[in-house]
Amino acid sequence: MLHTVNKSSFERNSLQSCLNAIDDSSVILLIEDGVISAANNANSSMLAELATQGRVFALQGDIDARGISSKVADNIKLVDYAGFVDLVVEHGTAVSWV
Amino acid sequence: MSTKKFMYLNRRAPYGTVYALESLEVVLIAAAFDQDVSLAFMDDGVYQLVEGQNTDGIGMKNFSKTFHALGDYDINQFFVSAESLTERGLSADDLMPLVWEDEDDDWAEKPSVKVVSNVELSKLMSEQDVCLSF
Amino acid sequence: MADILGAEVDEEGFLVDLKDWTKEIAVEMAKGDDIELSEEHWDVINFLRDYFEEYQIAPAVRVLTKAIGKQFGKEKGNSKYLYSLFPYGPGKQGCRFAGLPKPTGCI
Repeated sequence: MLHTVNKSSFERNSLQSCLNAIDDSSVILLIEDGVISAANNANSSMLAELATQGRVFALQGDIDARGISSKVADNIKLVDYAGFVDLVVEHGTAVSWV
Repeated sequence: MSTKKFMYLNRRAPYGTVYALESLEVVLIAAAFDQDVSLAFMDDGVYQLVEGQNTDGIGMKNFSKTFHALGDYDINQFFVSAESLTERGLSADDLMPLVWEDEDDDWAEKPSVKVVSNVELSKLMSEQDVCLSF
Repeated sequence: MADILGAEVDEEGFLVDLKDWTKEIAVEMAKGDDIELSEEHWDVINFLRDYFEEYQIAPAVRVLTKAIGKQFGKEKGNSKYLYSLFPYGPGKQGCRFAGLPKPTGCI
């Protein structure tokens, strides 16, 4: 499954709820204010662990808009909108943690 | 009309919600009324001032550029929470170098952004006549 | 919807999409207000467009007058001069010719 998170983890617990609920085959895509967590994955050991497994993605356009591209953790994969679509196709059902 | 102290408290990241842009629009309108205006940035609001924002990929207006104009509107007090920066792995060096020109000092450019502790920030808030939250 | 040379404008005559702007549109808008654009008009229009590009807003009138005075000479840095060019207001009419949105806080 594909899980999208669009809220900053400093402001809402959407990311934590998502992390608590996902199974071993799921991937996470951070979008909108959710990309703030991509620049702060040191704050969540579970997100960092998933990232090392190559299961965390973030939307490039939202990263660039917030000027934080240099802060993104190395093992988080950046995708554009076409990559977003590919993730949806590849992982089937998508869940939005709004 | 007597001058009042207005502080705009910004706590949201830009673009994901409309709070940041709305705040800026109100600041620009209020600038016409010749009041003592300051802007405070804490929590995710500090992301509004991060340098190098590029919104081409999301098709939204890059309103971070507008902060550079505020010096000409006599808005030159930007207070940023040191704790909020640190929590996010940011420092003063990650912020836009906003300046204003001091008419009384041969138009010398002076920095508008000041990083302060949350204790100093709450003291500044208590000195205001009006605090508006976004 | 009304249009000027094929570019859509709102009920107050401002361009809906600022990317549609051309010099010809500015000339046409001015013609509609009985104004023939001079070099002095173009100085202000180009200044407004550059300002918008840099700051993403149209300048307030006091910011505009100060900046015009600085760039084009003190004798031009006053609202009397700017209103002589743009009788309906340098902010409102100037921004319209320049293809910018109506200035924030402008009534």
